[in-house]
Amino acid sequence: MVEKLAHLARLKFNEEEKQEIKSDLQRMISFVEKLNELNLDGVEPLLHLSDEVNVLREDEIKGSVSREEALKNAPLHDGEFIKVPKVIKK
Amino acid sequence: MAVKHIYETVIGLEVHAQLLTKSKLFCGDAIAYGAAPNTHVSPITLAHPGTLPKMNKKAIEFAVKMGLACHCEIEKNNYFARKNYFYPDLPKGYQISQHTTPVCKGGYISIKVNGTERKIRLNRIHMEEDAGKSIHDADDASTCIDLNRAGTPLIEIVSEPDLRSADETYAYLTELRKLLRYLDVCDGNMEEGSLRCDVNISVRREGETRLGTKVEIKNLNSIRNAKRAVEVESKRLVDMIERGETIIQQTRSFDADRSVTIAIRDKEDADDYRYFADPDLTPFLLEDEFIDRIRQSIPALQEERIKKYTGQWQLSEYDSQVLTEEKEIADYFEAIVQHTSNYKAASNWMTGPVRSWLNENNKEIDAFPLSAQKVAELIQLVESGKLSFSSASSRLLPYLIQHPSAQPELAAIEQNLIQQSDASSLEPLIDEVLTKYAEKVQEYKKGKKGVLSLFVGEVMKRSKGKADPKVTNELLLEKLKA
Repeated sequence: MVEKLAHLARLKFNEEEKQEIKSDLQRMISFVEKLNELNLDGVEPLLHLSDEVNVLREDEIKGSVSREEALKNAPLHDGEFIKVPKVIKK
Repeated sequence: MAVKHIYETVIGLEVHAQLLTKSKLFCGDAIAYGAAPNTHVSPITLAHPGTLPKMNKKAIEFAVKMGLACHCEIEKNNYFARKNYFYPDLPKGYQISQHTTPVCKGGYISIKVNGTERKIRLNRIHMEEDAGKSIHDADDASTCIDLNRAGTPLIEIVSEPDLRSADETYAYLTELRKLLRYLDVCDGNMEEGSLRCDVNISVRREGETRLGTKVEIKNLNSIRNAKRAVEVESKRLVDMIERGETIIQQTRSFDADRSVTIAIRDKEDADDYRYFADPDLTPFLLEDEFIDRIRQSIPALQEERIKKYTGQWQLSEYDSQVLTEEKEIADYFEAIVQHTSNYKAASNWMTGPVRSWLNENNKEIDAFPLSAQKVAELIQLVESGKLSFSSASSRLLPYLIQHPSAQPELAAIEQNLIQQSDASSLEPLIDEVLTKYAEKVQEYKKGKKGVLSLFVGEVMKRSKGKADPKVTNELLLEKLKA
């Protein structure tokens, strides 16, 4: 379980950390399990905490930044593209 | 190898269509195909912390429009979810998608193959954002990322596994593309990737009710290639079964040059995307009024227009089909018949001279230099006998295309193209011909009526093609009676 989650999150842990995370996760799950005591038949899951709906925007062009600014935070770039380690091996 | 059994191919399609909005699905970057890399990006596209996405109203309208045109049920309570996975062209680490709760459910698209009509059921149409573009071969050491496309609104149109052949696949995609273009929700340009198709395919022995193991062929970039991929892959699958091999669930790609499919990855265990409602976006509720307004904005689709053309306007089934193949052509045709009720002539102009000009110049109808009204005037000139169809189409039309503001009738006079149809100018020519061919006149009088065309031809020659053949004919007949 811990290993699967770590893989999905692309994180690496040592054994000690794994143990710690495992007990944390167990505590979280048992905390949430309290909900099982309730009868939730016919109760829709609460997906959003706010009551707001339909916050929409018109189809307008605005808010883009310059390429220079856009690339500023990229660890590696060539002034045009963001560069990342090769995804496809040849 | 001779195939021992009869097999049935089962195909379902997933089509991604890029919506024709000006801006992205959740922020105001322009949608700009072919722009310099990373020039249409905002902090939202770049997934900077603290940014908030906001839904594009137009994209929702487009999705609903397509759904209504495909007879889908429209879901009124909607929200977007996060589909979590890591890939460098996905800056947030998740794609915002309606994957679990599509805005349109069910519905169908009608196709016709060999004269038989079939309804291909849809599973759903849902909205999602596109990823950026990864370029793998530009640089030896790195993959290059361009995020212009990231966040572009897409709809994914998912069919049920109702298709049974390569021809049906071709017909379905053609209909789907036509529908998107009629509705003006997607430009349907497969080369530029605004329409992309994945094929799910399996084969089974005829009579078998369970589905065989399916293979997914990704990213087919033309309707023709989708058809070919189905042909190639169904044959490969049948051959495997005949050899007693086991088909494994795979994702494959189609190599059009070599006409083969190649395995990209095995798909043994399902990916774990951990979908959950995106807390940054509010739910969106569609009211009846909103849906009705979109329903009313749907233009007459091909089928409806064909009915009108063949019924009210008495055009042939074939002409009506050709005229309505593209909405823009049909619209132009309908603009012409606003000004003339000679529907057949308008149809002939569209499928003849206008179409040839478009083909020769590789242009779309919106680039045709003449207004529909001018084409209607050309039709009237021909109808009234002032101009022959051939000089109107081969001489006046090219002149008008060069001079789009010219007035057709004046131009015809200026270009000396007006037919001579008054007796006074034609009679001297007729007399001349009849005198010259006195022998033939005798033959005619003895019953050899065929020589009449010779006389007409000679009069035409002498008038340099401007004699009205009909009037000439009548005048000749009268003279020869005497």
